[in-house]
Amino acid sequence: MPDSLPADSVGIVSPQTYHFDTPIELASGRTLDSYDLMVETYGELNADASNAVLICHALSGHHHAAGYHSLDDRKPGWWDSCIGPGKPIDTNRFFVVCLNNLGGCHGSTGPNSLNPATGKPYGPDFPVVTVRDWVKSQALLADRLGIQRWAAVVGGSLGGMQALQWSLDYPERLRHSVIIASTPRLTAQNIAFNEVARQAITSDREFHGGRYYEHGTLPRRGLMLARMVGHITYLSDASMGEKFGRELREEAYKFGYDAEFQVESYLRYQGERFSESFDANTYLLMTRALDYFDPAYEYGGDLAKALAPAQCEFLVLSFSTDWRFAPERSEEMVNAMISARKKVSYAEIDAPWGHDAFLIPTPRYTDIFTAYMDRVAREVGV
Amino acid sequence: MRPDLDIIQQWVKPGDHVLDLGCGDGTLLDFLQRERQATGFGLEINPDHITTCMSKGVAVIEQNLDTQGLDNFDDGMFDIVLMTQALQAVRRPDRVLDEMLRVGREGIVTFPNFAYWRLRWGLALSGRMPESEALPYKWYNTPNIRLCTFKDFEALCRQKGIRIKSRRVVDGQHQNRWTARLWPNLLGEIAIYRITRENTK
Repeated sequence: MPDSLPADSVGIVSPQTYHFDTPIELASGRTLDSYDLMVETYGELNADASNAVLICHALSGHHHAAGYHSLDDRKPGWWDSCIGPGKPIDTNRFFVVCLNNLGGCHGSTGPNSLNPATGKPYGPDFPVVTVRDWVKSQALLADRLGIQRWAAVVGGSLGGMQALQWSLDYPERLRHSVIIASTPRLTAQNIAFNEVARQAITSDREFHGGRYYEHGTLPRRGLMLARMVGHITYLSDASMGEKFGRELREEAYKFGYDAEFQVESYLRYQGERFSESFDANTYLLMTRALDYFDPAYEYGGDLAKALAPAQCEFLVLSFSTDWRFAPERSEEMVNAMISARKKVSYAEIDAPWGHDAFLIPTPRYTDIFTAYMDRVAREVGV
Repeated sequence: MRPDLDIIQQWVKPGDHVLDLGCGDGTLLDFLQRERQATGFGLEINPDHITTCMSKGVAVIEQNLDTQGLDNFDDGMFDIVLMTQALQAVRRPDRVLDEMLRVGREGIVTFPNFAYWRLRWGLALSGRMPESEALPYKWYNTPNIRLCTFKDFEALCRQKGIRIKSRRVVDGQHQNRWTARLWPNLLGEIAIYRITRENTK
């Protein structure tokens, strides 16, 4: 708990629910008749609504990107390092919008919401949603907020995929697309990791085919395993080595199979904590959305062709030790943008923390992000 | 206006798609975007320069010519490929020239003349590696690992079948002086070449 709020914090914030009752047709062909989106905003929308920035969250993210919900909060929002007064996404200049995506488990309609048709939680009946569906729902939210054109759509990892999709689906509705630690499509290895995570969840005895809410249980074990696997892929060999090495919890080997190494107990702790706070069906859905994302697919794998409609400028950033979405994946994207004659800037940031580096403010990352967003702000006159 | 920028901008047509190899802090591209409505990218590896480009709104890509080349650029996709004061700093200038004229219709190259009289004089008199305004480094820390003279460059172009469309010779302050025009390889400090593989005017 902070004794007082840091000066560069957006302060105490509260989320707001937006209800939509016009049916939304999804990529799967299914329709959601009505749904809620949980949204947080920071800063002020200017008179001509030109200073709005959309933040898209990653796999386990949500609407609470910055600030605190109360002084009792142990930690601020998940991207507080980059959003706030004087930070790269400067809330003195921008109106920042972040939402929990459809299918999420933090207040937006998802598998753990009540299905109006049955009066029971959707569970496995909740439609699989895609990055494209999210972008569609975000555009409807923008309409509701009176935002015709975003100054920038910004996201890391799965959030970066949304920022890319925005440029293709609503080219005239964003000036800049900022794509951080992301990829234009998952590799077989990425999908394989997701499959292990899904298998861990669905094979948990408490999963009950996704209807665990009705059984009054949670597939904690499976979700914990899923998170443990995922977590390993977010870090780098070097950063794990530095944080844990081969350090033991006690002095000597115990010749058993309990958590003896620090890294084991860390992963178990992280996994357990996650399994208490995240919904297993949402985890399945988010990993599937990752798997399916491939805007080049309809163009015979030619991303440059897929990019043809884009009008915005792009900033693409990667991190040297990210092996989940390696710099090569970002470069693929950048090269397609170059071929498609889009305006793009790219930097590979040297950082030891693997994929997680996009959440950690390092000097070069902060400098570039600040310089770019400062220019976006000047462009829209704030 | 810096005289070299003035010379270069005269060779860039409005709306040209431009690639700037080793674009530094983006001064030239920024200038061409504003004065010539040029589009395109700069390639750079210096982190501070990259950040400065981004704050200027110059599209910059972190890419090392020595290790990555220009493989990610399509044939003929640029009207002009620029390389100011960087040719002498790459490992294989000959290959870079080939690549420049593969991805661009035309190249504009500037580099310091190692046959400039002060450098010749300095080496002859002191017996030590010359330094000058255009080459302000020690032999052991210089990024300029492939120094050449105007004559060397022109010989390489001839050998490669590259046509020199124009050449301007200036001094260390990029001033175009009559002395340098008179005897360029001796009196010229920096040259700005406009090169192409195309035969049509």
